[in-house]
Amino acid sequence: MALRRQVGEAALAPPRVVTPRRTLADREDVLARVMLTPALLYVLLLVGLPFVLAILLSFSAATAGSLDFTWVGLRNFARLLPDPQFRLALRNTFLFTAVSQAIVILLAVTAANVLEAAFVGRRVVRFLLLLPWAVPVSLAAMAWTWIFDSTFSVVNWTLKVLGLLEGWFYWFGDPTLAMIAIITVHVWRMFPFATVIVLAGMTALPQEIREAAVVDGAGFFRRLFQVQLPLLLPIVTVSVLFGVVFTATDLGVVWLLTRGGPYNSTHVLATLAFQRGILAANLGQGAAIALFLLPVLVVVAWVMLRTARRTEVGG
Amino acid sequence: MGYVETHDLHKHFGEVRAVDGVNLDVAEGELLVLLGPSGCGKTTLMRMIAGLETPTSGRIVIGGEEVDEDVPPRARGVAMVFQSYALYPHKTAFGNIAFPLEALGLPPAQIAEKVDAGARMFGIGHLLRRLPRQLSGGERQRVALARAVVRDPRVFLFDEPLSNLDAQLRAIARYELKEFQRQIGTTTIYVTHDQVEAMGLGDRIAVMDRGKVRQIGTPQEVYDYPADTFVATFLGSPPMNLVEHDSETLLGFRPEHFLPREVFPAEEPVVTFHLRVRQIEHLGADRLLYGTLEEQARRDQTVIAALPVTIRTPIQEGEVYRFAVPQRALRTFDRATGRARDGAR
Repeated sequence: MALRRQVGEAALAPPRVVTPRRTLADREDVLARVMLTPALLYVLLLVGLPFVLAILLSFSAATAGSLDFTWVGLRNFARLLPDPQFRLALRNTFLFTAVSQAIVILLAVTAANVLEAAFVGRRVVRFLLLLPWAVPVSLAAMAWTWIFDSTFSVVNWTLKVLGLLEGWFYWFGDPTLAMIAIITVHVWRMFPFATVIVLAGMTALPQEIREAAVVDGAGFFRRLFQVQLPLLLPIVTVSVLFGVVFTATDLGVVWLLTRGGPYNSTHVLATLAFQRGILAANLGQGAAIALFLLPVLVVVAWVMLRTARRTEVGG
Repeated sequence: MGYVETHDLHKHFGEVRAVDGVNLDVAEGELLVLLGPSGCGKTTLMRMIAGLETPTSGRIVIGGEEVDEDVPPRARGVAMVFQSYALYPHKTAFGNIAFPLEALGLPPAQIAEKVDAGARMFGIGHLLRRLPRQLSGGERQRVALARAVVRDPRVFLFDEPLSNLDAQLRAIARYELKEFQRQIGTTTIYVTHDQVEAMGLGDRIAVMDRGKVRQIGTPQEVYDYPADTFVATFLGSPPMNLVEHDSETLLGFRPEHFLPREVFPAEEPVVTFHLRVRQIEHLGADRLLYGTLEEQARRDQTVIAALPVTIRTPIQEGEVYRFAVPQRALRTFDRATGRARDGAR
């Protein structure tokens, strides 16, 4: 009772009045605008504007010499369709994307499983694994052009020494070999990022569910395919989505390694657009090539985001 | 010879001795509860029996054969029910229950048969097509139990399986769990920090603290004859009162034995105290009195009396009353070590 009385008296004491003074930090409406503006400007000026410009250009006869926006409708697109070089680039883009993403996911899931296990030197290995992603693409391309060089190819010499190679691989002289080289380098660049995403997803999996599978008597592969991968599906989907978009729109690897050669056989849409639009100064045509995959990518993104949402983990 | 035995089992995480020399002996068909506060090592102990953790030292024996790190969880014949139930969220109830059977490599027809039988045992036959997220907490728990039962394990391990249920559901679930365990008679180790659960479920209770088993006994034994002051104060709600008797001895008595003097017959041997009542709580079935003993040198030491509604003695806050503890309900502990002096087994 005594306690309660004390509480009552404290409540009766006049409340200390705090003068309300709103500072800028309290004005969320103002802050929101101020803080969003730079990002908004960036997106509008450096992403939005070029995008709109590209769409306009693809419907025009503009060249680098004369920026006259003569409206030509779908002519740029219509001319592309029968163009064998364009068709090859389109085919290459799909091939390049599909094959490299398949390999990336395979490697990423494997690497993530290895890196999740506790072993001595795990930190070092994790760091090394992330390096390819951090290395500037031009630097990496220099190293890789040497690895695939027609005379000094490290791969060839190694195979030769091991007695596994009879003849000689002219990596950038043969369309198939060149494509293999391109996919190799791209996988090397992309898979650390995918690994990090998958690893993050694995860390987020409920520990008890994985242990339940152990106690339930499931072996490694049963746990991997029946428990871990289904639970990882949403995050793997996101990783593949990023990978597909990055790969289908990638210019750097192909351009730096082969410049679309030999005989324009390894062009992807991005390099072809660059060659036609910038180097050959046919802006309209280049824009049309670059935009060609946009609807496909939008659909891919939509489908994957839907899948990711539907297969949510937990609950 | 017990069915599940641990011999001087240790698990150290760096400097921390999570499990510090535990000897257990669980009889076949027995339900042993590991009871203790969080961090006492009870879950680590269970995980070592399951094979999810490797002991730092010591031996584990299940069904007469030693299981060391060369015997993986799947070869131990143990089934575990986790606190979160750990159902596979992408599998239906059927898929969840069937999973351990698939791992055994049983033919589909036999799997379906066993899943049906397991589901019937827990009354979830109509839920088999649902995903875990479409089930209520109680239903999920039943699926988890069915998943544990279907492959006829040698030992059940339960890791606080009731703690995610509503308070109302819990009492029923506890009853059903006990009923089911008696029915199938599988040796069970049950981890909880809830002493009510432990008292209600266990054939025996092992009370753990800081990696050590402080006492093993039937619920009645550990409640009535706590081996030390930790067990005395951990079991019981409110806990056992401990008051200083002399420089070497602590007196212990349970709140429900601490009643107004006139409640006891005059001829019953009792020890009386003068209780200054500080606060009264009316809890419906009980009246809890918080106060201090006038005999005590330290007046800040709170003692609690739990008066059942049948005792109608009027009591006022701030007043002093004569209270008594029957001699038979009085326990004595060594002040320095906390060990029980007498009475304890």
